[in-house]
Amino acid sequence: MSSIQQDDSNAVVIIGSGAGGGTLAHELTRRGIKVVLLEAGARQSLASFSQVPGEAFAQLTWLEPRTQSGSTTVAEDYPTLPSWTAKTVGGTTVHWTGMALRAHPWEIRARTTYGAVDGASLIDWPVEYEELLRYYQMAEKRMVVTRRNGNPGLPASNHFKVFHYGAKRLGYKQVHTGYMAINSRPTDGRGLCIQQGFCVQGCKTGAKWSTLYTEIPRAEATGNLDLRAECRAVRIEHGADGRATAVVYRDPAGSEQRQKARVVCVAGNAVETTRLLLLSESARYPNGLANSSDQVGRNYCHHTGCFVWGVFDKPIEFWRGTTLAGLVLDETRHDPKRGFAGGYHLEMAALDLPSIALAGLPQTLWGRELGFVMDHYRSMAGIYVNGEDLPRATNRITLNPALKDQFGLPVANIHVDDHPNNDAMRRHGQQQGKLMFDAAGAIKVVMSRQTPATHNMCAARMSRDPKDGVVNAHGQAHDVANLFVSDGSAMSTPSSANPTLTIVALALRQADYIVRQLSTRAL
Amino acid sequence: MKPNATMDRREFLGATGLLTGVLAAGSPLALFAPGRAWALDLKALTSQEGATLLAAARTIAPHDKLDDAPYALVVQAMDSSASADAATLALLRNGVSGLGAGFADASEAKRVAALRPLETTPFFKSVRATTLMTLYASPLVYAYFGYEGEAFSKGGYLLRGFNDLRWLPEVPLVDSGPVFGTG
Repeated sequence: MSSIQQDDSNAVVIIGSGAGGGTLAHELTRRGIKVVLLEAGARQSLASFSQVPGEAFAQLTWLEPRTQSGSTTVAEDYPTLPSWTAKTVGGTTVHWTGMALRAHPWEIRARTTYGAVDGASLIDWPVEYEELLRYYQMAEKRMVVTRRNGNPGLPASNHFKVFHYGAKRLGYKQVHTGYMAINSRPTDGRGLCIQQGFCVQGCKTGAKWSTLYTEIPRAEATGNLDLRAECRAVRIEHGADGRATAVVYRDPAGSEQRQKARVVCVAGNAVETTRLLLLSESARYPNGLANSSDQVGRNYCHHTGCFVWGVFDKPIEFWRGTTLAGLVLDETRHDPKRGFAGGYHLEMAALDLPSIALAGLPQTLWGRELGFVMDHYRSMAGIYVNGEDLPRATNRITLNPALKDQFGLPVANIHVDDHPNNDAMRRHGQQQGKLMFDAAGAIKVVMSRQTPATHNMCAARMSRDPKDGVVNAHGQAHDVANLFVSDGSAMSTPSSANPTLTIVALALRQADYIVRQLSTRAL
Repeated sequence: MKPNATMDRREFLGATGLLTGVLAAGSPLALFAPGRAWALDLKALTSQEGATLLAAARTIAPHDKLDDAPYALVVQAMDSSASADAATLALLRNGVSGLGAGFADASEAKRVAALRPLETTPFFKSVRATTLMTLYASPLVYAYFGYEGEAFSKGGYLLRGFNDLRWLPEVPLVDSGPVFGTG
């Protein structure tokens, strides 16, 4: 732990301590670079994680107001919760489910693979897959991902037996307990998964990788990290040359503070990253920082996110066991014969009793049908359809001047009109999930509508051409050389992979780049 | 919720309404309650309004073998919001009044028919959301649904039945993994 002076203009300031920010902080500090890490949320620990579902949600979630617009069912069903992101030290790595998937080579060339799709703003990533793969492998080693580097898979739970049986009966070939950043045996000073089923409430054994108890304490141990929890960045300032000079933030008491910076890295999850760039408008940057292209907030992606629930007549008890450790990979391919571009993962998913009623089942369900399903809670199985959604220039995060937060700043508005491709993929995925459960003997199958996105991506995307995006291949802003985007916002397209592994891989790659740039005084 | 209260105490607290009930014999809830009779003071809603909202909660999330007591917690949550916020009180009061005085005692078919046209109204959405949020989050109902709640303190399920399902074949090791410490 270190204390960095607020007027130390040599510091790298990272905003957000999740998969991107927390990893980047460790990579820079271990190489001798002084880092101030600003985190809006409080610091929890394995001991302080609540195991009461509703309480855990309140402990870890960003619950400050956001608004939304557009034609998705999320706007109708969850008007006050357009996305489900974290506000805590460790960010979404505290509440993630641990599914550590790589994007596929054809997915990072989405524009080339899928062609010109009407109403979509596809681009190819400005990164070669071979290079990305190298960083994926580094990330997998660091996060101790199962089925990689000789780590055993997680054992099959009751829930997975149902998932596996149905998938195999349906003819799927690639079905297993997933590539999970969850210890199947004690590794790296962390415990093993005890199959307790409380993954998204914060893993009390630390079996699930989170920056909260890996990257951040290791960064602190270097003596180069100054972590400031409960500190909210509200504005990035720049000098006469247009380069970022400082980050203005509110301390835990709500007082305004200013930290000078040599480099600023924004990793606040796509919604707040976008909002911070837009809030940092100035005479020189009237549309917000790094936004001369008018691309900040556009092309927002969120995956197809929806559930399929199978109701059986025999007990399963799916709350016992790792929440998401089950995966079908067969649909992760580009096969236009299915009626849509891109592919999806079928992921086994359980929810605790209050959450399944509130967020899992369709918000239109009530009466005897709801009663029947809930009466069978112990005999349920679940699938999450995680598919690639197509970017659209009009799916956009903006500031909503009609609603202000506690600091008087406009909140974010998320506008989404899903591309018809997403609807087609969602229907296909839910139908395949239904067939899996039918094959396993389900007595009823219920499909959810879309759920608030936990995967928020692409709103400040990497692009070769500065006109198409916000940052270059290293997450460096096209407009501002010492400003970086270090979270899922920087992804050029979302792929069908849960984003955490990609965010970590890109953060590792970005760290190498920043270190090189600092050493040659280019930054 | 507490054992049956006296009128004097209720007047002292300024309660506006009262819901009472008796747990069914053998109810799993009896484990949590000091006695079978329970009573719930309402701070903003009248007894009549409370009874109507309890019937609405039962209609939205019907579980025939579940006692009224956990549904009363739903009404308590609504009453608590209503006493803190005049707009919520007005929303609930107007909604209840629209359902009519006979709603609580009407047949289920009649209650469903009364609620169905309201599905998209703020009143129905609010009652539905509070019902689900409160009913299924109450540890009082965990046993009824078989849910076991937190398991960390018991060492999780690694050695306590996470894989004890026997009505389907076992998964080949190549698609799963060894149970640590048992191989």
